[in-house]
Amino acid sequence: MGFLTYLINGMSLGSVYALIALGYTMVYGIAKMLNFAHGDVIMIGAYLVFMCMSNAGMPAIVSIGIAIVCCTAIGIIIEKIAYKPLRRATNLAVLITAIGVSYFLQNMALLIFGSNPVSFTSVVKWQGIELADGQLKITGNAIVTIVTCLVIMFALMWFVKNTKPGQAMRAVSEDKDAAVLMGINVNATISLTFAIGSGLAAIAGALLCSAYPSLNPYTGSMPGIKAFTAAVFGGIGSIPGALIGGLLLGVIEILAKAYISSQLADAIVFAVLIIVLLVKPTGILGKQIKEKV
Amino acid sequence: MKKKAMSLGLCVAMAATALVGCGDNGSTASTESVETSGELTWRIGGIGPTTGSAAQYGQGVQNAIQIAVDEINEAGGINGYQISFNFQDDEADAQKSVNAYNTLKDWGMQILEGTVTSGACAAVSAETYNDRIFQLTPSASSTSVTEGHDNTFQICFSDPNQGTVSADYIADNALGTKIGIIYDSSDPYSSGVYQNFATEAANVGLEIVATEAFTADNKTDFSTQLQKCKDAGADLLFLPFYYQEGSVVLTQANQMGYEPTMFGVDGFDGLLGVKDFDVSLAEGVYLLTPFAADAEDEATQSFVSKYEEQFGGTPNQFAADAYDGVYILKEALEASNLTPAASNEEICDALITAIQNVTYNGLTGENMTWNAAGEVSKDPKAVIIQDGGYVSVQ
Amino acid sequence: MKNLNKSTQKLISTIAVIFVLYLAMSIMQATGNLSSLMSGLLVPVCAYSLVAVALNLCVGYLGELSLGHAGFMCIGAFTSALFSKTFQGIIPDVPRFILALLLGTFFAALFGFLIAIPVLRLSGDYLAIVTLAFGEIIKNVINAIYVGVDSKGLHFTLKDMMSLGLEPGGTILINGPQGITGTPRQSNFTLAVLLLIIALIVTFNFVNSRTGRAVKAIRDNQIAAETVGLPITKYKLTAFTISAAIAGVGGVIYAHNINSLTATTNNFGYNMSIMILVYVVLGGIGNFSGSVVAAVVLTMLPELLRGLSNYRMLIYSIVLIGLMLFNWAPSILRFREEHGITSQAILGKLKKKKEVQ
Repeated sequence: MGFLTYLINGMSLGSVYALIALGYTMVYGIAKMLNFAHGDVIMIGAYLVFMCMSNAGMPAIVSIGIAIVCCTAIGIIIEKIAYKPLRRATNLAVLITAIGVSYFLQNMALLIFGSNPVSFTSVVKWQGIELADGQLKITGNAIVTIVTCLVIMFALMWFVKNTKPGQAMRAVSEDKDAAVLMGINVNATISLTFAIGSGLAAIAGALLCSAYPSLNPYTGSMPGIKAFTAAVFGGIGSIPGALIGGLLLGVIEILAKAYISSQLADAIVFAVLIIVLLVKPTGILGKQIKEKV
Repeated sequence: MKKKAMSLGLCVAMAATALVGCGDNGSTASTESVETSGELTWRIGGIGPTTGSAAQYGQGVQNAIQIAVDEINEAGGINGYQISFNFQDDEADAQKSVNAYNTLKDWGMQILEGTVTSGACAAVSAETYNDRIFQLTPSASSTSVTEGHDNTFQICFSDPNQGTVSADYIADNALGTKIGIIYDSSDPYSSGVYQNFATEAANVGLEIVATEAFTADNKTDFSTQLQKCKDAGADLLFLPFYYQEGSVVLTQANQMGYEPTMFGVDGFDGLLGVKDFDVSLAEGVYLLTPFAADAEDEATQSFVSKYEEQFGGTPNQFAADAYDGVYILKEALEASNLTPAASNEEICDALITAIQNVTYNGLTGENMTWNAAGEVSKDPKAVIIQDGGYVSVQ
Repeated sequence: MKNLNKSTQKLISTIAVIFVLYLAMSIMQATGNLSSLMSGLLVPVCAYSLVAVALNLCVGYLGELSLGHAGFMCIGAFTSALFSKTFQGIIPDVPRFILALLLGTFFAALFGFLIAIPVLRLSGDYLAIVTLAFGEIIKNVINAIYVGVDSKGLHFTLKDMMSLGLEPGGTILINGPQGITGTPRQSNFTLAVLLLIIALIVTFNFVNSRTGRAVKAIRDNQIAAETVGLPITKYKLTAFTISAAIAGVGGVIYAHNINSLTATTNNFGYNMSIMILVYVVLGGIGNFSGSVVAAVVLTMLPELLRGLSNYRMLIYSIVLIGLMLFNWAPSILRFREEHGITSQAILGKLKKKKEVQ
């Protein structure tokens, strides 16, 4: 029974990672950049939901809706100011700018919301289900997160495969220059990707803080790095890979804590990641990169 | 070629910044509270994290010192001289803390009240020791702060003190028979208290059934640690860490339906002040704290209301320690009859003698005295959270 | 200077600039004109510069993005500090520090070598994430190490202080997250500058040596290099190991300048690795002197912004974004070219002034 409990805990932690990883992988797959500021957009999203619910007393769904709109807007603004001018520069330059944006968002939040942590009231009111006479308990948060994750994953896959903007995204991801020749507006497509990624961050923020209810201006940075790892784990750029990577990372982390050492859990998670990448150098579902001669 | 040129361009910028840095020698005072042009004042410096993930502790200390300094200045200062106060950010990093210290030294600091976190404080206390500047830390509880440094004193309990007293208290009052411990193994404070608790627990015959750790990178999810304590049958959880993680542990234990007796140390203070925290979860939590924000006495109430008015939010124990610190300095300075014209070394030596003769009653304890090792002696109060407030138990 | 090649000229001019700055700083320090803040920053700035030079070798010449260089710095710092603390009072100061320096460098190089074997099979962002993972493992494990010494010799555990089983009177050398306290303070500015200059000479020579040219060939086209018959793995390993060793030297300097050495995310974790990458990219990829300049500027900047109190880090992040755009955005570069504010133009003017003088 103990093992099952740990497994379920791992899945609930993993589903949060997966949800964040979806945003990472989406942006990476199309814009080919590691958006280190993603974790901080999540933190902003969580604060927005918190403000709406706690200060304005709005219902959870409305609060999340407002947060999605605001985060999307923030994402577009960040992209326009900080990333777009560097579109033709080296990838590393954008990476560093993203780090600058990450510092900016953290310190902005520190000035606006203050340094004291707030306790986030869960957006999920449902207590969850109990199995095997109450010995196994799955929280409502975990179920909602996993379901949300699946819904978003399938929606994204459908969107990328079947809609015009989605096809444009795939074309941009394949070859930017060729996409321009095909009459695709590359800039608009990349902006759209950022908009979607940031919108997802708002949802991820609300669910992250519902499960682990302590919110401060630095809440996003560690889950951000973990989710980035998860995205690489699953094969960065692959949408189902983000889900699988996230869930696996969560389960490994919890099992390592439970059965090996809670002190060294991080080291173990990263060691497993290294081993997986050595066996499958592009992650679990990553595409094999063919080198041209 | 472009790169080379660019780097040389940056080189010029560097030379410029370096020169600017030298040019404004000693005038980087930023958060000075009193204009000091030409006038002789006590220059008290403070260091702590006001940005970064430990910002809430540093800001609390900064705000509290500011309140105390304003009060004292209004009442006529110390020995007739006003205090000027300058607080610098260290992001809880040892190297940045030394940088902050050097900034304060350039400003002309005579006494240091800081730093807030243990790791950074151990680095700075080596500097103050060499420079003979008196240092009083509100909250760095590790023994490595005071060890071998005669000029460093603590206002908070030291780690050994907290760990030992907690174990004794649990044993004396038979609060639990099987103890589970969860601690932050990447934090000097938390692991310090844990080590001393575990050592004393063995002496007083407490049975520790589970010891689980978490790290700074891994502090969102405590379900596994709680599950393992539950499986080991722990009926009391000893939680030597800060209230931010504390609120998550309590929420998750509640979700699991696990209800042992929870026992926190001074870091848990502030739990009830977390915005939107469901205080019913904290019902029945024991904590060992010298300060309670809702205490009835006049001094505490005046401090808390001033803090809320000026800065918003409820002050935590760090803030209370820091507030006391300024008054302790005042008493020691008055006892030694000094003026700010004295050299740092004179002030330091006089204060080392004076503080050991001071008996101080403040927000964080009564009859506080200090020994030569720099440790404070005060009675820790065990309180239990009942009906959303702290109730003293003895 | 005419008969020297370009890169040697550049090396000499870089060292000359560093030496002039060193003299200026030393004179100001000796005459008491340097603020405590500045003199306190001299050694850490050199340490960060060393690590930045090391990472630039990896990013600029090997062409591989490493996000774990703070880990090598961490190994250099902890091994040397442990050695110095253990043999404090047994070996005299100077030979002890030399041994500590060699030991720290050696262990950083060793770990660099061991890590490089698996890591260099990967490429691009996957390589980056694996180096990040190694850096985090190093930090995490160091936070769990307890080492103590008593009359029976060394004790070691990964659990907690009690499991060390020290006799009363034994000394704890590494106390888990509390790290090493009381490392003898032996780094000084002269030494740090000397090591920085040596590191610059080593890297400049390396990239222009036979091996260095091979490494550049591999960076530009691995398959072509392979076809020509270059032993790719050997060259990559050499470059990565040298890079790790230099980062280790930075760690040794850092550790012997501070009383309390702890491994946190901000000083030896991924945050630091990323910060070093910022130095490298801002200073110019493949440009060693640029890395030094960027490390100096970006370490000084937040200290000089202290006057802004609460807005300090906010302004710092804005300056960082602004600098990146100014130096890298194609449209801004074009604008600068049109209006004569390129670094060449500014430099040209400076040169002319010198000639006039």
